[in-house]
Amino acid sequence: MTNQVDTASMPVANTKKPVKKTKIASLDRRKARAGWLFVLPFIIGFVILYVPIVFESIRYSFFQLDRMTGQEVFAGWANYHDALFVDASFVQTLLTGLREMAFDIPAILIFSLFVAVILNQKMVGRAAFRAIFFLPVVISTGLMENVMTSSYASAGTSMDSGMEATASDRVASALALEELLMGVFEGLGFGTGMVTYIVNAVASIATIINRSGVQILIFLASLQSISPAIYESCQIDGATSWETFWKITFPMVSPMILVNGVYTIIDNFTTNENSVMVLLDEKFVEDKYVSSAMGWMYLLVVLLIVGIVAAIFSAYVFYQRRD
Amino acid sequence: MTDHMPRVKKETKNKIRVEFERTSLKERLKKKFLSATFFKDVVWYIFRLLLLIGIAFVVLQPFYTMITQSFMAAKDFADPTVAKVPRQFSVDIYRAVITDLHYLGVFFSTLGLSLACAILQTASACLVGYGLAKFKFRGNKLVFFAVILTLVIPHGTLQAAIFHRFHNFDILGIFTFLSGGAKTGIAGIDKILAGIKVLNFPEGISMRNTVWPLIVLSIFALAFKNGLYIFLMRQFFRGVPDELEESAYLDGANTLRTFVQVIIPLSVPMMITIFLFAFCWQWTDDFYLKLFHPTEQPNLMYNLIPTRIDQVASLTTQYTQYARSDAGYMKAVQYGAGMLACTPLIILYLFCQRHLVQGIERSGIIG
Repeated sequence: MTNQVDTASMPVANTKKPVKKTKIASLDRRKARAGWLFVLPFIIGFVILYVPIVFESIRYSFFQLDRMTGQEVFAGWANYHDALFVDASFVQTLLTGLREMAFDIPAILIFSLFVAVILNQKMVGRAAFRAIFFLPVVISTGLMENVMTSSYASAGTSMDSGMEATASDRVASALALEELLMGVFEGLGFGTGMVTYIVNAVASIATIINRSGVQILIFLASLQSISPAIYESCQIDGATSWETFWKITFPMVSPMILVNGVYTIIDNFTTNENSVMVLLDEKFVEDKYVSSAMGWMYLLVVLLIVGIVAAIFSAYVFYQRRD
Repeated sequence: MTDHMPRVKKETKNKIRVEFERTSLKERLKKKFLSATFFKDVVWYIFRLLLLIGIAFVVLQPFYTMITQSFMAAKDFADPTVAKVPRQFSVDIYRAVITDLHYLGVFFSTLGLSLACAILQTASACLVGYGLAKFKFRGNKLVFFAVILTLVIPHGTLQAAIFHRFHNFDILGIFTFLSGGAKTGIAGIDKILAGIKVLNFPEGISMRNTVWPLIVLSIFALAFKNGLYIFLMRQFFRGVPDELEESAYLDGANTLRTFVQVIIPLSVPMMITIFLFAFCWQWTDDFYLKLFHPTEQPNLMYNLIPTRIDQVASLTTQYTQYARSDAGYMKAVQYGAGMLACTPLIILYLFCQRHLVQGIERSGIIG
């Protein structure tokens, strides 16, 4: 709008009234200033709080406490060296954490897309199912997460038998299930790796369901934005629902697979349940300098993974042109 | 041609009744119900229903366990034949949690803190999201990048620095400077600086064992997952057509008035979504509260759920005749406290959940 006014008034402004041109420029500037005013709370906080916090954290990772004088002294890369080569558990936990992540993320993405597709169909009780499925998003976080997890563990066992019996029962039933599934899938001719993956996914279904609430929400939103006209024309052309899913639904939600993938990675590695975060928490009490160094290394590794995943996904993402 | 014309049976001014050959009802029913498509639909319907019920069961099962076990009477814990359903119904544990752990006080103080934080976070996310979505200024992309950065860097990595910063809270050294605590390393200047005594915070303001750090973080949209809120708000405002604001400008409204009178009423579903997230996540938060309260435990929700056996042993319940250090009993107390902690959230969720999908749907998160 401002552009139109600008071009229309240009000749006038050049010959007679240069005042007019400055007036238009100042409208743009005024809007820019209003924009700054709106983001001001964040910028103030970012500059006076967040940046110093980040720098302090980086500084910690390069300092050590001198036990004699009680003063902080510059230590160079010593903390990083300690974390990588001296600390017994860090590298091990990091690798385990990454393996868990590599397992969890595809499982969460596939599960949440599947559930979103089902919840998007018309059926009896859809609203009730939606309400139930998003319940973990708001409830089982923070301190409720621990209580909930322990109630999964104790399900189906008598109370007075205590924790040990519960754990062993669980392991026994999990093993039986595992053997059964192994038999079924190997009979069907899947590879061993695939079988282990599926069995693990079934065993940890509760965690996967509890963690995919936001992802289901995002997929559902993107499914609902697909125009019904496209599906209608597919139906007229005689496409089966399987074909429609892979040719229409999947490409249309593929940008959201990227967003959800990145969100899941970040959510997964910032949750307090994550084994690396538990280690960082323990280390923080013990030695905040080494714990900071570990934290930054962990962050770099995860950023690297986010970058790789984003690069791979974005090569396959389909963007609908909206003109 | 005439062979295929339907025979007219009766004709009036408005109606016409004709006779034509029609497949019999039996044939039609056969076609409809004995076909492969119908069979496939039925199988899919049953499969889908079973699957959804299964998932719903997994989600609801912890609540079931928590409710049933927390209502068990003391006798049931010693009875090996009692597994899932209490044989003797008792509200003993709830009474103990409400009276001994002061549930009402905890409830109101948590409510106050969560409301304050959630309102501040929603307001600041709304402002920042609007600024990022609708105004082209130099540095817009940079600010957005900073928002994403706050989302990506886990607070666990920063916890040592966050703790230190709020223990000695200071804005760019101003408080220290005005209290004469600033140091440059040069003796002469230090002496002059030490003479300044406008305020009395030589080491900054200590916010230890208070909830002020959470309020400050909320005001500046830096608290838990606020980057996500800003991102969602920005995506939402990008979907609001510019013409709305332009017409408001033409009618003489300024930016602020346009925002308050035109944009805010539009974005209520999205704001409810964000408020719900912020409120619930603050309500169940234990990471920050533990971080900011190193020595003194506040009267807040995370303190309600006992984690040590001695906390349980001091409760006045009928459980005295059995061993109080029993892990099963402690779990039952945890479940009772957990139910009391999350019931307000479930009630709030039932009121707000309609807006949850609606808000995300309208956010046009696709673009």
